[in-house]
Amino acid sequence: MSDTAAGLNPADARNAARDVRRRKLQAFLFVTPLLVFIIFAFVAPIATMLYRSVHNPTVANLVPETLAALDDWSGNAVPDDAVLIQFATDMKRMANDRTSGQLADEINRALPGMSSVVKSTARSLRRVDDAEISANGATLLLEANDRWSDPTTWHALKAAGQVYSSSYYLTSVDLERTADGGIAQRDTQIYVKLYTKTLRMALTITVLTIVLGYPLAFFMAHASDGLANFLMVFVLLPFWTSLLVRTTAWIALLQTNGVVNSSLMALGITDEPIEMLYTQFSTIIAMTHILLPFMVLPLYAVMRGIDSSYMRAAISMGSRPLGAWYKIYLPMSLPGLSAGALLVFIISVGYYITPALVGGTDGQMISNIIAFHMQQSNNWELAAALGSLLLILILLLYWLFDRFVGTDNLKLG
Amino acid sequence: MKRFPEYYTIWNIAGHYGLRIFALLVLIFLMLPILVIMPLSFNSEPFFTFTEGMLALDAEAYSLRWYQEVVDDDKWRLAIRNSFVVGIAAALIATVLGTLAAVGLASPWMPYKRFITALLLSPMIVPLIIIAAGMFFFYTRFNLVGTFAGLIIAHAALGVPFVIITVTATLSGFDRSLFVAGLSLGAGPFKVFWDVVIPLIRPGVISGGLFAFVTSFDEVVLVLFLAGPEQRTIPRQMFSGLREQINPTILAVATLLVVLSAALLFTLEALRRRSVRLSGSA
Repeated sequence: MSDTAAGLNPADARNAARDVRRRKLQAFLFVTPLLVFIIFAFVAPIATMLYRSVHNPTVANLVPETLAALDDWSGNAVPDDAVLIQFATDMKRMANDRTSGQLADEINRALPGMSSVVKSTARSLRRVDDAEISANGATLLLEANDRWSDPTTWHALKAAGQVYSSSYYLTSVDLERTADGGIAQRDTQIYVKLYTKTLRMALTITVLTIVLGYPLAFFMAHASDGLANFLMVFVLLPFWTSLLVRTTAWIALLQTNGVVNSSLMALGITDEPIEMLYTQFSTIIAMTHILLPFMVLPLYAVMRGIDSSYMRAAISMGSRPLGAWYKIYLPMSLPGLSAGALLVFIISVGYYITPALVGGTDGQMISNIIAFHMQQSNNWELAAALGSLLLILILLLYWLFDRFVGTDNLKLG
Repeated sequence: MKRFPEYYTIWNIAGHYGLRIFALLVLIFLMLPILVIMPLSFNSEPFFTFTEGMLALDAEAYSLRWYQEVVDDDKWRLAIRNSFVVGIAAALIATVLGTLAAVGLASPWMPYKRFITALLLSPMIVPLIIIAAGMFFFYTRFNLVGTFAGLIIAHAALGVPFVIITVTATLSGFDRSLFVAGLSLGAGPFKVFWDVVIPLIRPGVISGGLFAFVTSFDEVVLVLFLAGPEQRTIPRQMFSGLREQINPTILAVATLLVVLSAALLFTLEALRRRSVRLSGSA
C-alpha cells in the first residue's frame, strides 16, 4: 500500500479528491429537494411548537407600557398611581378593541378567578373619557374591583407579561411558582397522573399484544408456506383497514345493545347489558386489536428464520416444551419481540383517535388532553409544553429502540 | 389422527393442539370486527346492531338504503372527492421527492447519511397530535390552515418515510455498477436515473406511493387541526359521524373502505412478488 501512496503524484491526489467531492455533491443533490420540503413541512412546525412552549408574547403585546411601568414596582404594596393610570388607559383601549378577553384568559391562567375581574373592569372603564382616566384612573380602577388593591393580582399580571417563561412546563408536571419565587406542587395533580395513566395503558396494551401475538406468530412461522401465506392475509387485512373503520367496528361490537352484549345475554351469561363502551376497557381492547399486527409482523419475520429442529432436539432429549422454549427459542426470538414491543409501546403512548372515540372520560390519554388545550381551552402554550414532554419521551424510547434493535429491522408488510 | 414422535407426552400433544386453537382464536379476534360491520351495513333499520329479522335471514331486514344515502349525501360525496384529491396529490409529492432522496441516500458517497435518514424518517415516529399542533402553529403564518395546499403538504410529509423505506429496500438489490456504466457511457446522472434506475426500482416506487396514498387516505388527526369544512375527508366525516349521530351510513362507508383496502393489499402483494422475482432473491 505504501508504494502506491508514495507513487501517487499531487495532481492525481487532487483529482481523486475532486472526484470524491463531486460524487458527494451529486448524492446530496438527489436528497436536497426532499430535505428542503421536510424542513419546511415538518421540522419547522415541530420547532415552532417547542418554541411556543416557552414563548408567549400575548400579554406583553397587549399592555407593554403597563409592564414597563411595573418594572420599578417594589412588589409589596399596590403599585403607585402612575402604573394604575397607565393600566386603566390600557384597559379602556382593550375594551374598545375587544382584546380585553385575551388579557382576561391569560391572567386567569396565572391567577384563577381573574377572568371576570378583568372583564368587568374593562366594561366599567369602556365609556369613561380619556381626560377623566388620566386624572382619576387610579381611583376608578380600584373602585371597579377591589382585587386591584391586592399585590397578588399585580404579581399575576407581571408573571403573565413575561415573554419567555417556564411556567407551562411547570404546569405540565403539576408544579407552580410561588409568590416568593420558589417552586411548589399544585393543589390539583392532573398531568403527572395522566402521564402515568398513559404509560400504564400503553404497557397493558403492549403486554396484551405479546400474549396474543407471540403464539400466533410462532404458529404461523412454523406452519407450511402455503398455510402461513394464507393466514398472513388475516393479519394484513386488518392492518391495511382504515383506523376509523376498526374503531367503528368496536363501537358496533361493544355498545350497550351491541353484538357482544346481545351474545352474552343470549347465552345467559348476563341478564342486563354491561357498559363496556366509553371506558378504559374499550380503549385498551380496541387499541390492542389495532396494534396487534405491529407485534405479529416483526415477530413473524424473526421466527421465520429460526430452525424449529432446535426445539425438537431439546424436547427429544428430555426437556419440557416450556423449558426448551424458555432456554432456546425465546432468546432467539428476542429481536422480533423487542422490536414489536417497542413499536407497539411507542405508537400507543401517542395515540389519539381511538381514545377520543371510545375512551369516554377514564380512557383519555395524554394526546387527548393536548388536543383539548389546542381546541377547547385555547391554552396553546400549555398544549405545546405537554406535547414537548411527550416528544422527549418518544425520542427517548426511539433511541432505545435504535440502540437495542436497530431501525434497519423496521419492515413494512 | 396425526402421528406424534414417540417421546411426546400427553402434555406435548395438548400443547400442540392448544397452540393451534389459541392461534385460531387470535385470528378470529383480528378478523371479527371487520367481518361484523359488513352485514350490519345492510341493516334496513337505523341501528348498529343485528335485528331479529337479520338473524332470521329475512330478506326484508336487509337493504341498500345506507349505501344510497352515502351516494345521495353531498357531504359524503365531497368527502370522497377530497380524500382522493388530497391522497393522490400528497402521494405524488412524497413519491417523486422520496424516490430521488432514496437514490441519493443509497450512494456510498452520501454525506451525513445517518443523520439525514433519521430526519427524513422522523414523521413516522413523532405522534400525530404533536405534528398536528406544530403544523397548526407554523402553517397559520403562511395562511395554509384551511386550504388544500396545507393539507396536501402535511400529508406528503407523513408519506415520505414509507416511500424512503420501500424504495431503499428495492435499491438494496440494485447493482450500482449499472449506474456507473451509464455514466461511463456519457449520460448525465439524471438521465441514467430516469432511463436505468427508475425502470428497475419501479415496483418499490409504486408500493411506496401506495403506502403514501393509504397514509393520507386514512389520516384524520391532521385533518382535524388543519382542514376547514371545504377540505373534509372520508375519515374526518366518519369521525364527526361517530361523535355526533351514529347511523349505519358510517358502516356502509366502512364496508366500502374494507373492500378498497383488500384491493390495495393484493396489489401490494403482487408488486412485492414481482420485485422479488426481478431482484432474483427472497
